[in-house]
Amino acid sequence: MDLFEHQAKELFAAYGIPVPRGIVAHTVAEARAAAEQLAGRVVVKAQVKTGGRGKAGGVKVADDANDAEAKAKAILGMDIKGHTVHKVLIEEASDIAEEYYFSFLLDRANRTFLAICSAAGGMDIEEVAHTAPEKVAKIPVNPIDGIDRARAREIAQAGGLPEKSLDGAAELIERLWAVFVDEDASLVEVNPMILAADGQVKALDGKVTLDANADFRQKDHEVFVDKAAEDPLEARAKEKHLNYVKLDGNVGIIGNGAGLVMSTLDVVAYAGEQFPGSPKPANFLDIGGGASAEVMANGLEIILSDPAVKSVFVNVFGGITACDAVADGIVSAFKLLGDRGEAVTRPLVVRLDGNNAALGREILQAAALPGVELVDTMDDAAKRAAELAAVGA
Amino acid sequence: MAIWLTEKSRIIVQGITGSEGTKHTVRMLASGANVVGGVNPRKAGTTHEGLPVFATVAEAMEKTKADVSVIFVPPAFTASAVKEAIDAEIPLAVVITEGVPIHDTTEFWAYAVAKGNKTRIIGPNCPGIASPGASNAGIIPADITTPGRIGLVSKSGTLTYQLMYELRDFGFSTAVGIGGDPVIGTTHIDALQAFQDDPGTDAIVMIGEIGGDAEERAAAYIEKNVTKPVVAYVAGFTAPEGKTMGHAGAIVSGSAGTAQAKKEALEKVGVRVGKTPSETARLMREIMQNR
Repeated sequence: MDLFEHQAKELFAAYGIPVPRGIVAHTVAEARAAAEQLAGRVVVKAQVKTGGRGKAGGVKVADDANDAEAKAKAILGMDIKGHTVHKVLIEEASDIAEEYYFSFLLDRANRTFLAICSAAGGMDIEEVAHTAPEKVAKIPVNPIDGIDRARAREIAQAGGLPEKSLDGAAELIERLWAVFVDEDASLVEVNPMILAADGQVKALDGKVTLDANADFRQKDHEVFVDKAAEDPLEARAKEKHLNYVKLDGNVGIIGNGAGLVMSTLDVVAYAGEQFPGSPKPANFLDIGGGASAEVMANGLEIILSDPAVKSVFVNVFGGITACDAVADGIVSAFKLLGDRGEAVTRPLVVRLDGNNAALGREILQAAALPGVELVDTMDDAAKRAAELAAVGA
Repeated sequence: MAIWLTEKSRIIVQGITGSEGTKHTVRMLASGANVVGGVNPRKAGTTHEGLPVFATVAEAMEKTKADVSVIFVPPAFTASAVKEAIDAEIPLAVVITEGVPIHDTTEFWAYAVAKGNKTRIIGPNCPGIASPGASNAGIIPADITTPGRIGLVSKSGTLTYQLMYELRDFGFSTAVGIGGDPVIGTTHIDALQAFQDDPGTDAIVMIGEIGGDAEERAAAYIEKNVTKPVVAYVAGFTAPEGKTMGHAGAIVSGSAGTAQAKKEALEKVGVRVGKTPSETARLMREIMQNR
């Protein structure tokens, strides 16, 4: 889960990392009130979970509360790379002497953590990394050894930070490591990390990505969930422990195993190209290993409550899961949904292969469910589902 | 022949008494794998599914001569279970557990490195490894394919099964599910190297997914080191672009991690990449028929 800047900074502050004073505002009036409370020059910063907002005009300095109100009015509602700005952070303006870059992150290729530090911080760090890589220090961090103050100072030095900033930067880096480890983050990034005119080293921005796999020991992270931005269908699926992602097409997809479902999306999109309107997948839904009748019913229910869905493709390879159990699941799902008054009216294309596939097909043939078609191969089934979606659209 | 897992392999199960551990121990036994015991410190001295339960991996190895451990413990306990396997210097540890925090995996990997990498770790979040007709360590359904001369390495479980099934008339030497987590113990490259060196393997199927740059690195490795034919499949061409945050990822990987980038990297070094799993199977079929 990616955090908003203001959430990242709240975390930083809890770990004793210096950050500017700031207040979150959801409306122009709140922005004005925040600027009045902070007094003096402030920065109005769009809160979106994407980079490049400075270049997109989502960060503006305001001289006073009137100006902050005007700037907030311009920024709230703005679209930055597909993210609508629903809130701004009003922050006291900092006197910046120098800008640096710092991050801890996972280095997948080398299977370790990495500290990245550079004296050439600010908006153009990616450019610097590309054109002058010697200015960007990348230092492996062994998770067993971790980071102490001395090591943090070495990293700051390697990044080319001047002597006057080393003590402050080392303290900040050591605390940032505590955030990274104790909060189970896969990324903590501070860009810019600044040397303020008063000599203090501060985090002027913050990006944090938290590892959802650690939720079982990070109960506090629940508060960071952006409920407003959650797709309502995704939220419902989550409550039912379904791995569902809403997409913008019209072919509903149910499969078992993330890789197979991802592959199903591809195959349906390719097949869709040959039909009018180019039908595309409406969702990703992985029912996982045990496709019980209940899981199948819940999955179908979520998919069919998406009005965009014109046809559904159930693509199951029976590995551990037996296809007869999946077929039973589909039959029960139809009954369950029928009993709830939500009878299935859109066509369902089913491809069963692997463990007990023949038996599964027999069960579905015998049940003769309305609109259910059996197709032998994944490619042909994808084509049929796309064709049905094109007809239904 | 096979890689890493043969008919001589003696398997123990860490977490044998849990529901997943029990279910898959029974399945492994039914498929003919030589499962010789299990580990659970709280149930040491008892038997489970007819197998002796030991307090530690070291004790289980001493008493049963086990050389493979399959790990089914819950995510919160996975790192310590893997470290125990590393301390015992068991040659192969297969970590099935899904949902292990990234800090835990990175830590046990660092621990393995510090201890000299005496234990090959497969996973976490993987279906395990199967050498059809010889042995089976994990949750790969043994009966969907036959013994043969194709090697398979994959990030995805069900896509592994799909390809094993589609090519069941040719059969497999070994299929390795390496798992799709960002940090894994055994990589595509490790498996490619082992298949290249295995006299029982004639051709290799490699299955990748979007994210990271493991497939790109595998392509570079193939160009220099693999002479056996390789056919690949990459899932996720039409997956919506992930919302990446910050610049850090791009700085490190230098690659977009897209399916297209992976496909291009593989094709550049002569690997044929299927557009769908079925087309991938067809490409491999052609290779095996023209041998």
